Amino acid sequence: MATVYFDAATRRYAKDASPAVDAVTLDIEDGEFLVLVGPSGCGKSTTLRMLAGLEPVDDGRILVDGHDQQGVRPRDRDIAMVFQSYALYPNMTAAQNMAFALDNSGVSKAETKTRVQEAARILEMEDLLHRKPGQLSGGQRQRVAMGRAIVRQPKVFCMDEPLSNLDAKLRVSTRSQIAGLQRRLGVTTVYVTHDQVEAMTMGHRVAVLRDGRLQQVDAPEVLYDKPVNTFVASFIGSPAITLVEAPVREGRAEVHGVPVALDRSVASAAGDRVVVGLRPEAWRIAGADDPGALELTVELVEALGSESFVYGRRPSTDGTEGERVTIKTEKRAGVEVGDVVRVRPLEAEAHVFDAESGERLGA
Amino acid sequence: MRARAHGAEAASHRSRGMTVAGYVGMVLVLLLVGVPLFWIVITSLKERGDIYVQPAQWLPDPATTANYHDVTTRIPFLDYFRNSVIITLVLSASKIVLGVISAYALSLLRFPGRGVVFLVVIAALMVPNQITVISNYALVAQLGWRNTFQGIIVPLAGVAFGTFLMRNQFLSLPGEIIEAARLDGAGPIKLLWRVVLPMSWPTLVAFSLITVVNEWNEYLWPFLMSDDQRTAPLPVGLTLLQNNDGVTNWGPVMAGTVLAMLPVLVLFLVLQRQMIKGLTAGAVKS
Repeated sequence: MATVYFDAATRRYAKDASPAVDAVTLDIEDGEFLVLVGPSGCGKSTTLRMLAGLEPVDDGRILVDGHDQQGVRPRDRDIAMVFQSYALYPNMTAAQNMAFALDNSGVSKAETKTRVQEAARILEMEDLLHRKPGQLSGGQRQRVAMGRAIVRQPKVFCMDEPLSNLDAKLRVSTRSQIAGLQRRLGVTTVYVTHDQVEAMTMGHRVAVLRDGRLQQVDAPEVLYDKPVNTFVASFIGSPAITLVEAPVREGRAEVHGVPVALDRSVASAAGDRVVVGLRPEAWRIAGADDPGALELTVELVEALGSESFVYGRRPSTDGTEGERVTIKTEKRAGVEVGDVVRVRPLEAEAHVFDAESGERLGA
Repeated sequence: MRARAHGAEAASHRSRGMTVAGYVGMVLVLLLVGVPLFWIVITSLKERGDIYVQPAQWLPDPATTANYHDVTTRIPFLDYFRNSVIITLVLSASKIVLGVISAYALSLLRFPGRGVVFLVVIAALMVPNQITVISNYALVAQLGWRNTFQGIIVPLAGVAFGTFLMRNQFLSLPGEIIEAARLDGAGPIKLLWRVVLPMSWPTLVAFSLITVVNEWNEYLWPFLMSDDQRTAPLPVGLTLLQNNDGVTNWGPVMAGTVLAMLPVLVLFLVLQRQMIKGLTAGAVKS
């Protein structure tokens, strides 16, 4: 168990190219489960590999338990990694795969056996220990890869999209297993994913990366409730937030013509244009007697059972297509494709961003 | 509908045509390889007078094993055989070890000039043996290594082919497994022995077999280096046999050839399954 500190860590693949990881500073506490999330190519895997020692750090440094890892070989870092492809040794049985690292570090045979058995028990795979990877299913291989990391009792777990090769159902159950396991073992964990549901449900904190730059590190709910910019706002949350560029008049932003009152602090910081972000649940269906409501033509309804998402557009007045708005409705709202619904944004739930920089305005 | 049926019929015609062509090709190759072998074997069983007869005699009549007796008594066959075994074993072992180690360095270690070193190795592969023979001969003769095993073995121990083959094999392995092994604390030797080589086994077997066969059949260099049974391997011994008897007595030469082929044939039969697997495994990444 250990703390991990990224101190402006930078990675450049080529001298003149823009950095794949750009001065990332991150303080990870002992025993914390931190999720690195972002679109593909944002540098999250590279960040993880830098921590594991598989990629050099070109500028800045990475500290584990206060010790600079510059020049420390991967094998000497005491960091275990679970790869996306699992990277099991095909010539060894599951038990041998798990015991390999212990053999290498000179742990006694008896101790190795105990640890492998214990890991197998935790992962419920005692009867698979004698099988080789070729005879295991995807989910079983994934568990062997987890077991290989667990038996080492390392300072840090690095996990690089370990669930992306599983089918949807298995992914959900394994997700909670990994989160539970991490809580139980209390090992500092850095987990990379591009799946924002994984990010939101598994980690203590989530770090959002974009083009190698860290955008925001916060608890999942803070990330959702107070995204620092439009990128984080649109990346986190599914279906995505509706972002509308709105002119500001007299302390109000006009979202598709519907006035949304801005906080005083926000209004003073805003120029004459802002971007207003409204999540699907930040709308309510307005009655027919509400004259200021926004009219939408329904394009698509996603009925998920417990709730429905309605995707609509403002009927165009000048021939151009209006922007799409996503609204969450009750299970039986009775909305169908082609209907015209009248909606009104909830002012308290509106996120306001600077129109130029995309940064959040106000608290 | 009719067009599709017509198409299917044409396709089946085509595939039948291809099958027939395939079989014809196989038979041709079989004849090309098999007839000389068959001829060697029957000649080794013929009496001297029956070897040159018109029309050709396709079965020995009467069959005799006298040629085998001849070849083992008229030349020091066992000495040649021993020399062949020594040369083949030492050369194959050093080629396999050097090939694997150099391939490991050129594929899995990072060091400046790696690409240049590999290019030099490839360039060495392009130079035919015969071209370096004269300078090698001068050097080895100067060292006083003629008629010694090191004189035969050292100049042949270079391994461009093995380096090339094994390097490409190692590069085709998934990088994440190598990284996993590094994180698991495997040093270079463990990484090679426990992770990289077991995954490359079929290619290694194929490479080893090719090497053993090549060394066993090595002719030109040992012929230049050895004058007699002290160091000459079997192929050179057979030449000496032929020289002793003049060019007409092919019986004992063929008998010697058959005996020289046997060990390689046995080895091939034992390893052929793995070798075939290896040749495809090397070509197509699974």
